Amino acid sequence: MQTLTELTAAPASTTAPAEVVLTLEHISKSFGDNHVLRDFSLNLHRGENVVVLGKSGSGKSVLVKCVIGLLRPDAGRITVLGQDISTLDHEEMDQLRAKLGFLFQSNALYDSMTVRENLLFPLRRQWLANRRGQEADLVQQALEDVGLANTIDKMPAELSGGQRKRIALARTLILRPEIILYDEPTTGLDPITAREISGLIRQVQQQYQTAAFIISHDMDSVRLVADRIALLADGGCYAQGTYEELARHEDPRVNDFFV
Amino acid sequence: MFNSPFLAETGAIAQFAGRFFREGFRPRYEVREFFYQCYVVGYQSLPMVGITGFIMGLVLTLQTRPTMAQFGAESWIPTMVGLTIIREMGPIITGLIFAGKIGSSIGAELGSMRVTEQIDAMEVSGTNPFKYLVVTRVLATTLMLPLLTILADAIGLFASYVGINAQGTTTLALFTNNILSGLTFADVLPAFFKTFFFGFAVGLIGCYKGYYASKGTAGVGAAANSAVVVSSLLIFILDLLAVQITSLLGFN
Repeated sequence: MQTLTELTAAPASTTAPAEVVLTLEHISKSFGDNHVLRDFSLNLHRGENVVVLGKSGSGKSVLVKCVIGLLRPDAGRITVLGQDISTLDHEEMDQLRAKLGFLFQSNALYDSMTVRENLLFPLRRQWLANRRGQEADLVQQALEDVGLANTIDKMPAELSGGQRKRIALARTLILRPEIILYDEPTTGLDPITAREISGLIRQVQQQYQTAAFIISHDMDSVRLVADRIALLADGGCYAQGTYEELARHEDPRVNDFFV
Repeated sequence: MFNSPFLAETGAIAQFAGRFFREGFRPRYEVREFFYQCYVVGYQSLPMVGITGFIMGLVLTLQTRPTMAQFGAESWIPTMVGLTIIREMGPIITGLIFAGKIGSSIGAELGSMRVTEQIDAMEVSGTNPFKYLVVTRVLATTLMLPLLTILADAIGLFASYVGINAQGTTTLALFTNNILSGLTFADVLPAFFKTFFFGFAVGLIGCYKGYYASKGTAGVGAAANSAVVVSSLLIFILDLLAVQITSLLGFN
């Protein structure tokens, strides 16, 4: 099992160290007197799925929102694809976000738009001149990737919870991001659908060689998708390792998740 | 006193307005969304504004008539109704209807987008949600309300013509002539210009309340509700300011 001091080590599943695409260094974030994150550090390598595991209210969503730039950490440095995000202006951040995908816990589909328009929105907003004219194909491809090509003209309200999650994933995939951030991707889904979504996360990783930063406390899903797990407790990275390593951990705070 | 929530809210709205001017004039311009909002805010309000304007003109004429008749001043009805509608009733009634219809819908729409994280999703997609949602809506309300007011004024005056003819006979030419003879640019222009400010207030307050909505569905309801209440109140305050300014300029 790795410890906090071994954070820069390569993922367990690879032999040669892959390129680091995301680095969190000593991140702290408070809301008033509530210190949500304290000195949290973690690395993510290309093509790797890292799950940040933690109890509800432990600050997992705050962490992922700091990475995407929706929240600004009080202290620490976040480097995404070699760029320190605290030094980026709005336009540079927008350009960087084109390489990041974020799957919201609530899916955050635009409910006044059809599935097609939901998928076209990020495509059109990112001024991808080289992709002009291919928009329809890209939408179709993204929907086929998640197995929902027949829902293209439906409104989000007409879809089931699992379908909405898949469409949200398709919207995230359409820009071919290098890193995907998943905020509790299986929360609120039945076990079968949750397993399907976990399978999709793996499929996306293998198909597009994306790195994934996954926030979760659904252990079935964690077991299926995680190359490496970081346990968030007391605002910091309490323990780190593969599923099997952490499952054998002696510390009850770690072990409790795997019982 | 300096911890007053009222002052804090006023300051926050002023900052929001400042951000509108800072971000609104910088590229990238959301032209397509702006025109769409003009369609939603302007075109889709036409029936409501039209009906209200018609009733306003008709009722004003019918209720004024007996009193004017007592003084033998029936021939002054078009002048009086014209002056009343163009200077005050048209802008105020249209502004209030607009606040009720558009202010609440903007507050609810943006509030619901906020609580379901759609605004965050927009930001993550590389879109500045303030420009895309707020700037376009505030510009649309600012530019559409004056046009709607002109329309409501015209329909109101036509309704007045109908009202007068319901109990007598007046030609359209005489009616129009009577109205125009009682009006000066000092009556028309300030009344027209103040509607830009009314429209700005409705858009700004609706967007502010929606953009910062919180606490789930209750927050959305509260955003829609207070958008209407605050923007209606602001319309009256702006109207009061307008009358003071026109008075200082000697237009009254």
